[in-house]
Amino acid sequence: MQPVAEALSGSTHASGPLVEARDLVKQFGGLRAVDHMSITLRRGEMVGLIGPNGAGKTTLFNLIAGSLKPTSGSIRIGGAEVAQERPERRIERGIGRTFQIPRPFAEMTVLENVLTGSQRQSGERIWMNFLQPSRVAAEERQAVDKARTLLDFVKLSGLEAEPARVLSGGQRKLLELARVLMADPETILLDEPAAGVNPTLLELISDRVLELNRQGKSILLIEHNMDMVARLCGRVVVMAAGKLLTEGTPDEVSRNRTVIEAYLGEVAA
Amino acid sequence: MSVELVAYIAFFLTMALTYAVMCLGLNVQWGQTGLFNVGVAGFVAIGAYVSALLTTPDAPDRFGGFGLPILVGWLGAALATGLASFLVGWLTIRLRADYLAIATFGVAVTVQLVALNLQSVTGGPFGIGFIPRPFTNLAGDPLAFSLLNLGVLIVVVVLLYLALEHLLRSPWGRVLRAIREDETAALALGKNATRFRLQAFAIGGAIMGLAGAAQAHFVGFIAPDNYVPLLTFQVWAMLIVGGSGNNRGAILGAILVWAIWAASAGAIASLFPPEQQARAAALRIVLIGVGLCAILLLRPRGILGEERVVSRHLARLRPTRRAASKPTLPES
Repeated sequence: MQPVAEALSGSTHASGPLVEARDLVKQFGGLRAVDHMSITLRRGEMVGLIGPNGAGKTTLFNLIAGSLKPTSGSIRIGGAEVAQERPERRIERGIGRTFQIPRPFAEMTVLENVLTGSQRQSGERIWMNFLQPSRVAAEERQAVDKARTLLDFVKLSGLEAEPARVLSGGQRKLLELARVLMADPETILLDEPAAGVNPTLLELISDRVLELNRQGKSILLIEHNMDMVARLCGRVVVMAAGKLLTEGTPDEVSRNRTVIEAYLGEVAA
Repeated sequence: MSVELVAYIAFFLTMALTYAVMCLGLNVQWGQTGLFNVGVAGFVAIGAYVSALLTTPDAPDRFGGFGLPILVGWLGAALATGLASFLVGWLTIRLRADYLAIATFGVAVTVQLVALNLQSVTGGPFGIGFIPRPFTNLAGDPLAFSLLNLGVLIVVVVLLYLALEHLLRSPWGRVLRAIREDETAALALGKNATRFRLQAFAIGGAIMGLAGAAQAHFVGFIAPDNYVPLLTFQVWAMLIVGGSGNNRGAILGAILVWAIWAASAGAIASLFPPEQQARAAALRIVLIGVGLCAILLLRPRGILGEERVVSRHLARLRPTRRAASKPTLPES
């Protein structure tokens, strides 16, 4: 079995993506969910994205992750403009994401879920399975080794043969993390990793996220749990009503009067 | 066992296995990928007509036939139906499940109407006869003829089964299941859902076309009446009864439902007076419907449900740790 760091550092791109969203607007009918918002994520940085409910955090997140296309504005990853690209291209750009409500492949086993994160497997082409079965098998063995290392990393090894639907909410978040790590993303977008997770598991999730950042992953994190944000993030971006409210260190932000007001609803309204 | 009985069982199984092939095709589309194809009959018809046109002797009153060998007809049928499925899929694959169902149903009805009306190619309502049957030179010996035909179908089903199992347990099969489970999550992992669904739709269609060709050559005659929505209903019933998502279930369901279908014909012949038999035949469809409801209530995943099989390489690497599979983390 490979050591975790080695398994995780499989394909770190030399240039590396640096996420830079400029002047993003996302309009849903009459509602402008994201309103001329800009955000930057530097290499190796862990940034917290906070804001009251309805501030547009998840919409911004979905724009960066590619699940939504912006009405206007630009998104650059590693210098390339990607705002209008199809969502499945993001992972090639080094961007991996998790979901606010985890989306495991419920009827597939925990191990299979993680294996699905593999990239560029020749066995995903029909004919390669018949023309070069030994190559497919060799790649699959490597993928299984790596998946098991990642399951050890998120402490789900004992459950690898279980269908994902038996996992608890927190375990599903860990499974999603392992699944996205399988793709070796350089940047990880984490949507509320602490939501609905009990304190013990929360500790484990924080610890794993911190470890990933130490290993060089850039992380953008939406989170309501300010203790977690303060512990993990060097910089916090605050959104309200689709716009940038302020940004700074966790300490600066938590003492900022407009932020407090936004959370109390005065600005967001 | 009398020679007649063996010959009949061989005939019955051969027919059942042609349905098993259709079921295997539907299993790729629905069982593995979740594509709701309600136009099975149309794709089977394309295969049957293409193979018939390729292999029948030249007919003065219609286009073709080309008198080619049966094997060419079968391959041509699979290829043509695969291409037709690709085209239909390309136009419709982005549709949500229920809309895809309506679109494929429309395709099947169109194919059947074309077969009925394009007399210069399909022979119209009279269909195409004199489709060459394998081992015709043995027609004088019904037992050998039936057994050899059965042998051909067994070989086809076994080869298809092995190939499809190989794919089911490959990374390709895994991506199909992932897309079926949650397309958004699969997209976030870089899987081009449209491409994979289109591939599954085309492969499933090609297999249905092959089934249509095999059946046409076994019976020796085809007509538009063979490809009505009832056929689609039968194939769906077979897959659901056997176990959607499971290739062995698809084969088992085909044999079982075809047995019920064949037995019910005998039962109706003996239970109803001749003048009522045509009407009583509708009871066979009711019987299949009731059986389907019973299976869905009692065993919703079919007789052989989908296996939770993973990559075929896993078993060899490390035994699954079921014994240690108690949750090691506290519930949240």
